[in-house]
Amino acid sequence: MSVISQTLGSVPKVAQDSKVSAQDVNVYYSEKHSLKAVNLEIRSNEVTALIGPSGCGKSTFLRCLNRMNDLIDGARVEGTILLDGEDIYDRIIDVVQLRARIGMVFQKPNPFPKSIFDNVAYGPRIHGLARSAADLEEIVIKSLERAGLFEEVKDRMEEPGTGLSGGQQQRLCIARAIAVSPEVILMDEPCSALDPIATAKVEELIDELRQNFTIVIVTHSMQQAARVSQRTAFFHLGELVEVGDTEQIFTNPQHKLTQGYITGRFG
Amino acid sequence: MTELTETLPATAAAERVGAHLKARYAAETRFRLYGIVAIVVALSFLAILLFTIISRGYSAFAQTQVEVPITFDAALLNPDGKADVQEALKDADYGAVIRQSLLAKFPDFAGQRQATREVTRIVSTGATDQLRSMVMSNPSLIGQTKEIWLPVEAPVDQLMKGATGRTADQGGNFGAYELTAIDQLKAEGRLHQRFNHWLFTQGDSRQPELAGLRGAIAGSFFTLFVTVLLSFPLGVAAAVYLEEFAPKNKWTDVIEVNINNLAAVPSIVFGLLALEIFLNVFGLPRSSPLVGGLALTLVSLPTIIIAGRVALKAVPPWIREAAFGLGASPLQTVIHHVLPLAMPGILTGTIIGMARAVGETAPLLMIGMVAFIVDMPGSPLEPSTVLPVQVYLWATSPERAFVERTSAAIIVLLVFLAVMNAAAIYLRKKFERRW
Repeated sequence: MSVISQTLGSVPKVAQDSKVSAQDVNVYYSEKHSLKAVNLEIRSNEVTALIGPSGCGKSTFLRCLNRMNDLIDGARVEGTILLDGEDIYDRIIDVVQLRARIGMVFQKPNPFPKSIFDNVAYGPRIHGLARSAADLEEIVIKSLERAGLFEEVKDRMEEPGTGLSGGQQQRLCIARAIAVSPEVILMDEPCSALDPIATAKVEELIDELRQNFTIVIVTHSMQQAARVSQRTAFFHLGELVEVGDTEQIFTNPQHKLTQGYITGRFG
Repeated sequence: MTELTETLPATAAAERVGAHLKARYAAETRFRLYGIVAIVVALSFLAILLFTIISRGYSAFAQTQVEVPITFDAALLNPDGKADVQEALKDADYGAVIRQSLLAKFPDFAGQRQATREVTRIVSTGATDQLRSMVMSNPSLIGQTKEIWLPVEAPVDQLMKGATGRTADQGGNFGAYELTAIDQLKAEGRLHQRFNHWLFTQGDSRQPELAGLRGAIAGSFFTLFVTVLLSFPLGVAAAVYLEEFAPKNKWTDVIEVNINNLAAVPSIVFGLLALEIFLNVFGLPRSSPLVGGLALTLVSLPTIIIAGRVALKAVPPWIREAAFGLGASPLQTVIHHVLPLAMPGILTGTIIGMARAVGETAPLLMIGMVAFIVDMPGSPLEPSTVLPVQVYLWATSPERAFVERTSAAIIVLLVFLAVMNAAAIYLRKKFERRW
């Protein structure tokens, strides 16, 4: 809680340092209108939690931010999403480059069927980040250290990443994402497949990563949202119902739907 | 509440479940039995097939040979006393050498024309080539006498193997002198069944004892080589494009349906297509493994494309998500992640396609690979035949000795397939990384 009150004190209500800005975003899957006129500011070096019942559009919104919806046939995104003032859906934006700037961690830990080293090294390799083998090794080690995994895997870097435990795999995926030095990390329910201890470790890690990255996390667990985030956005039936500082959302929700959801009356 | 009162009392329900249980178990036992019967039937058919082929064909791997003390008579080998001995040896009458040496064994028959003719018939006419190459590589043999094993004519071979009897109504066709000579040679221990190396070192021949599969094996190899070289990359490229890159719309649906239809097209139709396009339009050499390979590429492409797409579809979508999420381009995603995981499946499909291609006969008949070709093909551009076509050619030959040789050719074809499959399984296991 101290973290949150500190943030409340230092960050003004209207954020100047908006990292990502979604303006009037609509998403259609074929005929289905999945996301309706969403406006949301995501501030840099903060954790923004997206909460809401299943099918409310929070994952859809997350996937708009790094254009993963492009891969789905029949998906259509309208509106404007700005990353540092640049429209990411603009034609001049290279989607490959965009995804290097906005990394993603998925619900199910999904390491490649390759060694631990190669998993983390893959991103830097394809983007040409390392100038030499030593350089690459340094990036890999640093990323694993930042993901809090290095001590656990330093003696078995050549073993398959899929042989790790679920929690370790998810931290490996986080290491893989931060190895390309993104500005924003999107996390889609990163702890839903993990046990409580692994979850605690990942949450701790998210809080540390906030120093260097802007994080957007989709979660089903309200406790998790309360623990890790500074700002929370509540979605319902494709609409953004309420967004505010996490403390305010959980202690003094302005909307009846939000209140109903966080008190467990539905969802 | 009404529902509850309508349900059965617990004891009655248990009774009914018990009665029903028996029927369920009976059904399960029956079903398992059907499965076992089906497998036993399938296996017994396979066993019958293998037994028939092997029991008929194994004898073709041996060939009766006769040991004759051959005298390399200088008067016969170099009658004009040419200075260039090699030149003389090339054109020498080795038939006369064999005749003279053989008749020396039977002094009783001396001067009898009929007897001479019949005795000469015992040794295969192909034995002359054997002697020629022997003497030419070692001219010091001239003037010497040496015991040499020579192949006998097919009818004698069949008689020795017990396939035919001595008399005409038993399938034999021998003269009285010939039988006397055979009996004498046999009594002297000069007739033996030895390994039939001609089967693997010779091309096709009208004489069964000299007919071999080497030309057909080489032809099959070249044909398959062309087929693999073309159909694997084409098939994989098509499958990857359709599965990973092509937009899902009406056109790709039409393409998909048509590829599935092509897989069901009779192979002889592809043969006609190959005849028209590759021979008539492009003027590629007739009967060549190149054209055969092209025709078989047409036959096997649909199979490979379909198998490739299934294998690509089976790669879990989160692999692609993970790669895309890191900013990999579609091509990098496919090459680095999707294709390696799909490779075992694609290889399996390719093997099935190749196995079908190796056994394919009909399209090759259309492009002239059914011709009687004695020479060994040295490249995919030379006329050749292939194993299944050779089986077909021998099966239609009238000579008794071709019966066992047909089965032997089938055995060789099956071994060819088995080796191919084993190699493919090994490759697949090597690519398969189950992490």
